[in-house]
Amino acid sequence: MTEQSLERDRTAFAGAGAAIPADVGASTDPTLVHESGLEVEVRSQWTYARRRFMRHRLAVASLVILIVIFTAGFTAPWIAPYSFEGYDINNLEVGPTFSGGHVFGTDLLGRDYFSRVLYGIRTSIHVAFVVTILTVIIGTSIGMVAGYYSRWADNLLMRFTDLILTLPALAVLLTAAAFLGHGSQYRVAVIVSLLLWTLLARIVRGQFLSLREKEYIDAAKAAGSGDLRIMLRHMLPNALGPIVVFATLTLGGAILLESYLSYLGFGVQPPTPALGKLIADGQDVSSHDWWLVTFPGLTIVLIVLCINFVGDGLRDALDPTQRIRA
Amino acid sequence: MLTYILRRLLYSVVVLFAASFLVFTMVSAAGDPMSELRLNPLISEETLQRQAEEKHLNDPIPVRYVYWVKEAVTDKFGTPLFVNEPIWDDLKRVIPHTLALVLAAELISLLIGVSIGIYSAIKQYSVFDYAATTFSFLGFAMPVFWLALMVQIAVTNLFLAWNVRIFYTSGLSSPDPGTGLHWLLDRAQHLALPVMVLCVLNLAVYSRFMRASLLEVVNTDYVRTARAKGLTEQRVTMRHAVRNALIPVVTLAALNFGALIGGAIITEQIFQLDGMGNYFIQNLFSQDVYPIMAWLMITAIAIIIFNLIADILYGVLDPRVRYD
Repeated sequence: MTEQSLERDRTAFAGAGAAIPADVGASTDPTLVHESGLEVEVRSQWTYARRRFMRHRLAVASLVILIVIFTAGFTAPWIAPYSFEGYDINNLEVGPTFSGGHVFGTDLLGRDYFSRVLYGIRTSIHVAFVVTILTVIIGTSIGMVAGYYSRWADNLLMRFTDLILTLPALAVLLTAAAFLGHGSQYRVAVIVSLLLWTLLARIVRGQFLSLREKEYIDAAKAAGSGDLRIMLRHMLPNALGPIVVFATLTLGGAILLESYLSYLGFGVQPPTPALGKLIADGQDVSSHDWWLVTFPGLTIVLIVLCINFVGDGLRDALDPTQRIRA
Repeated sequence: MLTYILRRLLYSVVVLFAASFLVFTMVSAAGDPMSELRLNPLISEETLQRQAEEKHLNDPIPVRYVYWVKEAVTDKFGTPLFVNEPIWDDLKRVIPHTLALVLAAELISLLIGVSIGIYSAIKQYSVFDYAATTFSFLGFAMPVFWLALMVQIAVTNLFLAWNVRIFYTSGLSSPDPGTGLHWLLDRAQHLALPVMVLCVLNLAVYSRFMRASLLEVVNTDYVRTARAKGLTEQRVTMRHAVRNALIPVVTLAALNFGALIGGAIITEQIFQLDGMGNYFIQNLFSQDVYPIMAWLMITAIAIIIFNLIADILYGVLDPRVRYD
């Protein structure tokens, strides 16, 4: 879609008699020469970004692992060897073993932890995706308005950020979840995203503040585009890189936060298995049944680690100049 | 300078009021705080009415907020909803415990983290650098409570298997901690594991940040000048590069305080320390508005003070910064 819209924009500029902006086209390739009115084979920024990403081997490997884990999570009801609350009375408290089919062991009631972890991944990813989508929608829209119109929207955003930065994030999250969460995964997701959007809004705002001064925005204005069209068609595609990177990192952060909430008992409520809750269930007998804590935790670490690597690769690919976390 | 501090403090008071009003509204609007008491047949309707009257529960939320502010300012946050003991007594007991935990973790992790960061930057792309990078990526991906539980499992099993008792895995002190040095040693044995867990969380942040900051400074003109003057490499790094690279770390350390408090909530829960985090979680479970508000206000004030100190320090360390 972006490729098309870029192409359309370029013709629009040419029609308006404006110079073709260097940073919209495939400027990195010196063999391509643009001339007004000439059809040029265009390789979009996204092609280059994809190539840069594919060069990042760790990120590609992480992406593959993530796809495997996510697929396993989403298809848990079909591929899990046992149901998440099915009891295997002959195998109570069995350690991890390949022979009996209980790869991650079983708990005091004989529930298979491998299956429970699969279902847990399903819940956690579900929450994390809802959080990410909500955060991106809220953060981007408010950031856009603050960056484009400045003044009052900008002020409001900055004051609200101050407000959020004054209180420890985890404490606010816990309070909100305890009083308003009621254990519903969607409520928990909304609460988490209401806390995370300010960071993204500030990033988008920064992008828009600098994009606003670009010549092609003046050109678009001269061509008679409305504010909304300029924001969505001309500025947003150019700010997408940081947004995509932030969204990836949010996905990892959301999985961690959800696990904190569920572990402390304010997140997703039983019988729905969540990764943090599985660890909490196992901790009472953890000194001898170490597997009940170890495997769900390792799963979280693996998922978040892979997401962070993918985020790193994406940052190198889409947004080489920015460094959020060095 | 003085006007800057005063203005910042005034603004902080406004932010504090806004934040407390938002949280108070959110928590109070969530539902009837007495709903659980109403289910208890032993408590008469009369008692409930009296309790509601006393805490102004029948008034609209903004009015209740004003009553709360009044009580917080004049009576050190007053009493919880259902218990008749002052909140401040509890807070007075738990705050020093958490402060010891958090400050110890902050100091140790700053010291180690900055050292790791400096060494990684000097020996960029060495085995050590890669090891540190891997370690910090793991640190970013790891839930604190899981790390704490794993450490607890390891140490408990060490004790069960070989009867080795170097660290304790729960509580703040033994039943009979002794006095003087014995007491100190006992307390250290109890705090060691929680502090260690909090440190791992911080080390990842500090070492990465220090590394990036130093790598940026190494390429500046004044470092090149120092080299051109013929100074030894060690003097160039320690005197000229590291000192300047440390400046942004000050801000980070202050901003990190909130995250550290969050970490303390979880570690205290797992190691059963009688600190602020534990107190907070207990009151969340009993859904009592007033102790939670008191807790949030105390931490908010601490965070504001830390940020203010960091800003002032920043100006002292970097004379280019002007306050106006």
